[in-house]
Amino acid sequence: MAKVKVKKQSTFIDMTAMSDVTVLLLTFFMLTSTFIAKEPIQVTTPGSVSEIKIPESNLITILVDKAGKIFLSLDYQQDQVLETLRAVGNDYGYTFTPKQEDTFKKLKSFGVPISYMGTFLDMTTENQDKYMQEAGNPRVGIPTDSVEVKDTQGAVISRDNEFIRWISHATRIRNESKAINPDLPELQLAIKADKETTYPVVKNVMDDLRSPGLRKNRYLLITNLKTASN
Amino acid sequence: MSEVQVKESGDGGKNKQKKQTLRVDFTPMVDMNMLLITFFMFCTTLLKPQTMNINMPTKDPVKDDTETNQVKNSGAITLLLGESNELFYYEGMPEDTKTGEKHYDDPDFLKPISYDTDGLREYLLKRNSGIYEQIQELKEQLQAQQIPDSIFRQKSKEIYDKAKENPRTPTVMIKPTDLSTYENLVDVLDEMLVTNIGAYAVIDLQEGDRYLLYKKTGNCEYLTEKQKNEGNGCK
Repeated sequence: MAKVKVKKQSTFIDMTAMSDVTVLLLTFFMLTSTFIAKEPIQVTTPGSVSEIKIPESNLITILVDKAGKIFLSLDYQQDQVLETLRAVGNDYGYTFTPKQEDTFKKLKSFGVPISYMGTFLDMTTENQDKYMQEAGNPRVGIPTDSVEVKDTQGAVISRDNEFIRWISHATRIRNESKAINPDLPELQLAIKADKETTYPVVKNVMDDLRSPGLRKNRYLLITNLKTASN
Repeated sequence: MSEVQVKESGDGGKNKQKKQTLRVDFTPMVDMNMLLITFFMFCTTLLKPQTMNINMPTKDPVKDDTETNQVKNSGAITLLLGESNELFYYEGMPEDTKTGEKHYDDPDFLKPISYDTDGLREYLLKRNSGIYEQIQELKEQLQAQQIPDSIFRQKSKEIYDKAKENPRTPTVMIKPTDLSTYENLVDVLDEMLVTNIGAYAVIDLQEGDRYLLYKKTGNCEYLTEKQKNEGNGCK
């Protein structure tokens, strides 16, 4: 009887090359990427053909949601950011502990009245995120009213336009340090609003920026790149 | 590739030399890498968002009327941004200060136009022809890096300054109503960039514009409270 030899063939696939490729890809992604900054609200920016890139730092981003709530993101030297916090707090008679200031430094963006800032900074990151999602809460968003805002119990939430104070203190502190170090670039303002925001909401922000105390007439509108369609 | 030849030296010389292949299985490694790549792809932005520069007119009160009247009637284009992506425009002024001619009751004075390429863009290109081509040429030179940025700015300023002498050169006034969206505003500003309009500004709506819009669309929401109370059938 002739023996039928069954050849055993191994199905081992060599993955070394594959692994090489994936490691290369991984390296590429790790080096080129910048992480998406966590924002308290989701905003879909409108498209534009403008190809000017957003500056990487020395920028104040004003985030406007559909309902007109304002969030700020201060992106410049950390000591100056802290100084801004102290100055705004001082205007309203609030001081912050070193621990709270430390938390503030780590915040990417914020949007609470200064009266509530201390409590907000004491929260855990999870609770902060949760808090920001509370849509109907009058303590979410930086107040832009010039009148006293009270909550249901009658306690004063804010006294006057805190938004203008934040911007004016930020620019003042920058100008003061610019006097010492002239190489510092100007702080730029960028408005990031949802494309479905109604115009009066955006107009209020622009009007605040144009107000006599600020006189900010130049700013950037953050948009998405729209491919030119002919 | 992932095999390592291991030579086992027989001890005592009695054993046969055995060739053993040591294979490392890289499959789990690849799995893990793929997961990491997926993570990075989802969590990162490769494209930085774009921005658009905008200069708003100051809120300071205008010293005298000459400044506002500098916009020559013949070159003025007013864009009114209406509700649900409606767009209207008119040329000149609704009220001529010199002749006293009024256009408020002329139904064809305010014309509808679309945000599309064949609407607003085509119209502006037609109005801005001559200047558009010159600036476009400069822009192409800038993109091809034939001229530096400073020369581009200087030359385009020269073109715009020269164009100002022509009374037909368009000056666009963008007037968004309270019913328009932010996207509408950005779209219109975008068209200004595309069609190389030299002079444009975002201005507040005036009562005359509100009245024109109301006449055209019949929508009372365009009017101010005061206008609504003045009759007009809106209460």
